[in-house]
Amino acid sequence: MKNRSLVSISDYTIDEQLKILKLAAEFEKNPRQKILEKYVVASLFFEPSTRTRLSFESAASQLSAKIIGFSEAGSSSVSKGETLKDTILTVSNYSDIIVMRHPREGSAKYADEVAPVPIINAGDGAHQHPTQTLLDMYSIMKTQGRLDNLNITFVGDLKYGRTVHSLVMALCQFNTTFHLVSPTELKLPSYVKQHIKDKNLTYHQYTEMNEVIPLVDILYMTRIQKERFSDPIEYERVKDAYILRLPMLESAKENMKVLHPLPRVNEIDEDVDSSPQAYYFQQARNGVYVRMALLASILGVV
Amino acid sequence: MEERKELKVTAIKNGTVIDHIPAQSVFQVIHMLGLNECENQILFGTNLESKKYGKKGLIKVNNRYFDHDTVNKIALVAPTATLIEIKNYKVIGKKNIVIPDHVSKFVKCVNPNCITNHEDVITKFKVIDKKDVKLQCRYCEKTTAKDNFTFI
Repeated sequence: MKNRSLVSISDYTIDEQLKILKLAAEFEKNPRQKILEKYVVASLFFEPSTRTRLSFESAASQLSAKIIGFSEAGSSSVSKGETLKDTILTVSNYSDIIVMRHPREGSAKYADEVAPVPIINAGDGAHQHPTQTLLDMYSIMKTQGRLDNLNITFVGDLKYGRTVHSLVMALCQFNTTFHLVSPTELKLPSYVKQHIKDKNLTYHQYTEMNEVIPLVDILYMTRIQKERFSDPIEYERVKDAYILRLPMLESAKENMKVLHPLPRVNEIDEDVDSSPQAYYFQQARNGVYVRMALLASILGVV
Repeated sequence: MEERKELKVTAIKNGTVIDHIPAQSVFQVIHMLGLNECENQILFGTNLESKKYGKKGLIKVNNRYFDHDTVNKIALVAPTATLIEIKNYKVIGKKNIVIPDHVSKFVKCVNPNCITNHEDVITKFKVIDKKDVKLQCRYCEKTTAKDNFTFI
C-alpha cells in the first residue's frame, strides 16, 4: 500500500483492509518502534477534532515520526484566504504524508489529486472517515475473533451518523446481520439499506433496544443530537429510550461488547463503564494501532 | 413546381443546426453551450410543431461547429436532439449524440458543502443513471439529478 492515499474506505480492497487490521495487531503487541524516524507527518486539521488528531499524532510519535501541522484553520494561512490547493502543495514540500480533516465534503479527494504525497482522510465533512471505520472493524475483530457472520446492532442517530454509514457498508462484506435501533426520525438512510439488500443480507429495524440486546455480538451506540429533531417535543420524548444502563446488559451474551465512537454525552450510563461489556475506551486505544499500521504501510516501511 | 415547406426558423449558410430539442430544454441547451455569450448569429425557436414529439425546440448557430464532448453534453438535457452540420446550405454531416459516462465543467454539484462549491475546483461527475440523468460527484459522491442542474 506504499504511497496509496486513503480517502474512502473503498479505496482499499477487503484484503488490503484485513492486512491493515493484521498489522495493527502487530503494533498493539509492540507499539514503540523507531521505524518512522526519518519521516515527517503533516497533520492538517482545518476544523478541530481533538480526539482524532491526538490519536494520529500519538501513532506517529510512538513510531518516532516528526509531526508538523495545525489544529484549526484559524491558526493557519487559511485564515488569510489561502486556497486548499495552495496549502496542500506547500505542505507537501515539508512532509512525506498528509493527514487531513476538513469541513467540506470531497476535500480529501481533491487534496489527493493535487498533492504529490499521499493523503489520509481524517474526516471530510459528512462524507467519509475511513480510519474510524478501520478501527471499528479492528475492535470487532479483536473482541469477536472474526468479522464474519456476526449480529451487529446500531443504536441512536442512524440517519446523520457518517460513522454508522461507513461501518455498515464495510460490514456488508462480511455476511453481517444488522439490527437497527433508532427513533423513526433518525432511521438509516435508504441508500445504505439498499446496499445491505444488494448484498443479500438482512436487517431488522426497531425503535426500542431492550429486545435486541440478548441477540447481538456488538452493540454500537451513537449520540442523538437535539438539533437533528425538527420537533423539540419529539426529542424530549425519545431521548431517554436510547440510553444504555447497566441492568439492561444482564440479558447480553457473554461475548457481547459495547462500542461507541466517542465522545459520549449521556447515551451510555457511567455505570456501564465497569461492566465486562464496555469496550469504548479500548476501542479509542485501538485507533492508535490502526493509524500506526496505516502510516507505516503508506510510507512503505513495513 | 416543387412545393416548399415554410421554415419557421430561417436556414443558415454555414454552421450547426440542433433539432428535436425537448421544448422545455431549449434555454438550458443555449446556456450549456454558452450561446448566450456567443457573438455569432444565432436563430432559435421553441414550441414548434413536431410530428414525432408534439412540441420541439430548434437552434441554428451560424459559423460554428461543436466538438464531440460538447455534443455529448447536449444529450444530458436533450437526449432526443439531433445535430446537423451545414456548409453552403448543404448538410455535410450528422452527429449522433450519446450520453457520456463522465462529464466535467458542466453543472455545479448540488451539495452546498461540496468542496467544488467552495474552492476553484472543476466539477467532475460520473453519469450513474442515463435514463433519468443522474450525476455522481467525483469529490463528495452526492448525486445531482437533472432537475437540480445549475450550469457553470
